[in-house]
Amino acid sequence: MTSPKPQALAIEAEGLVKSFGETKAVDGVDLSVRGGSVYGVLGPNGAGKTTTIRMLATLLRPDAGSARVLGHDVVEEGDAVRAAVSLTGQMASVDEDLTGRENLVLLGRLLGLKRGAAKERATELLEAFGIAEAAARLVKNYSGGMRRRLDIAASLVVTPQLLFLDEPTTGLDPRSRNQVWDIIRALSSSGTTILLCTQYLEEADQLADGIAVIDHGRVIAEGTPGQLKASVGSGALHVRLLDPDQRPEAEQLLLRNLGGVKLEPDPAALSVGCADGNKAAEALAELARGGVQVADFSLGQPSLDEVFLALTGHPAEEEEKEEQPA
Amino acid sequence: MSVETTPTPEIRDAAIQKALASTPRPPRASALDAALTFGWRGMLKVKHVPEQLLDVTITPVMFVLMFTYLFGGAIAGSTGDYLDYILPGILVMSVLFTTVYSGIAINTDLTKGVVDRFRSLPIWRPAPLVGSLLGDSVRYVVAGTVIVVLGLILGFRPEAGVGGVVAAMALTVVFAFGLSWIFTTLGLLMRSPNAVMNAGFMGIFPLTFLSNVFVEPETLPAGLEWFVNVNPISILADASRGLMEGNADASDITIVLAVAAALTAVFMPLTTRLYRTR
Repeated sequence: MTSPKPQALAIEAEGLVKSFGETKAVDGVDLSVRGGSVYGVLGPNGAGKTTTIRMLATLLRPDAGSARVLGHDVVEEGDAVRAAVSLTGQMASVDEDLTGRENLVLLGRLLGLKRGAAKERATELLEAFGIAEAAARLVKNYSGGMRRRLDIAASLVVTPQLLFLDEPTTGLDPRSRNQVWDIIRALSSSGTTILLCTQYLEEADQLADGIAVIDHGRVIAEGTPGQLKASVGSGALHVRLLDPDQRPEAEQLLLRNLGGVKLEPDPAALSVGCADGNKAAEALAELARGGVQVADFSLGQPSLDEVFLALTGHPAEEEEKEEQPA
Repeated sequence: MSVETTPTPEIRDAAIQKALASTPRPPRASALDAALTFGWRGMLKVKHVPEQLLDVTITPVMFVLMFTYLFGGAIAGSTGDYLDYILPGILVMSVLFTTVYSGIAINTDLTKGVVDRFRSLPIWRPAPLVGSLLGDSVRYVVAGTVIVVLGLILGFRPEAGVGGVVAAMALTVVFAFGLSWIFTTLGLLMRSPNAVMNAGFMGIFPLTFLSNVFVEPETLPAGLEWFVNVNPISILADASRGLMEGNADASDITIVLAVAAALTAVFMPLTTRLYRTR
């Protein structure tokens, strides 16, 4: 792999600004991403994630600010940036009217591979990504998960030093999402730097080494997933009882162990703020010892809404579209 | 929410690692290679949906039949004479109508995410556009061939033989390549493929009819005659007739080539710029 000094910064952005008409889609974003890491950019729809990624991938010219990607200025040295990165956009960036194989051969040829090498490379990627059987089908007939995998494979026809992934799992079922996560982990362990935009805290938590939370075109928090969750406060332990009549007892026990119990509208359910799995397990054991029968329980991570509520005091809200591509 | 955690055997970690490790970056594709690859893409689309060629051939076929048999006697005295007159012109019309579809194709592309991928590649920047027009040239040839074959069936016998027909076709395709840059510009400016189609035909239809494709300009009112005579489509139709008859006027051919070059020189950079910034 070609990733140079592991401590070198793969992305350095300062004060990036981009407006569309009246709307400031990106309003002074700073980012620094270490080479070889997976960096998550977390935010709701319309927060400015896609616009940021498009500026870094040289598809949009910033109105103000500057950015260097792998040491190259995105405005002055666009060609050098394009030669080292790949982009997997939010809309699947593959040609729906061609087959999966044709898509990969097309990109191989455009990237400078000879005909034979492009074909071999397509075969290799189709097999590695589990789409060999659908290779000769038109992409418009692919399932969402297959299309996503092809899309990522298309970004790897020539191994990029840095990969932009814009909401790679939005709209996928859990199984397809896990497959995409597996791919991202494999990519990362081979040394590719990844900038991952996502709306899901869980996704950023699972995959990223560092996270920037973005809202209204600004970075409002930054840190490792652990730091971020700690700053947000806890997730919650949700418990449902077999017998609603036992709820007062359960409330007492949980209050003693964890504090701050919330009674849910469901008369058999209650929840309590808790981020620590061990403490939750102890509290559940206490319930069992106290003779309270639990139907089911879950330890939830704070949702993006909770993160936003904690960081900004307002819930994550969808804004109007951040840009009009057509 | 419970998340399914079954392993996914079809994604093979090791295979992905290997796939990632095995590619040294090849030297950048040349401008020509990149453009030809985009041309190949256009032809693959025709291969997958051959019906799209029907659109571009049915109208001209209807025109040949309608004008020859409906108006031929009235305009030229006999259907045979009129066929000799209009066939080279309808070849031109048929190919020029097809250029509108180049704009529609670009506009359709823009509504899909694939354009982002193309724009993020380290390639010669006009390559997607030049390539798509090169691919479209194949359609132009198909549209032209249909007309010539139909003409031959109906009794059209060009004096200059195969060579003349091929030369007329080649000149028409070169002109179409130049003209299609206008429609790709339109394709990048308008909101939907339908809007491109409407605007495109609104332009190309009157321009084709206000030429000498169907009637001799001498029969027209003075102002109209003047316009018809300077209309590049008339000059192209004259050149095409001349090449098929074996008496082409060199200045006609020069003008046609110059107009094609001028259109390319103005609209290609404009289109490339729009493609990059849209």
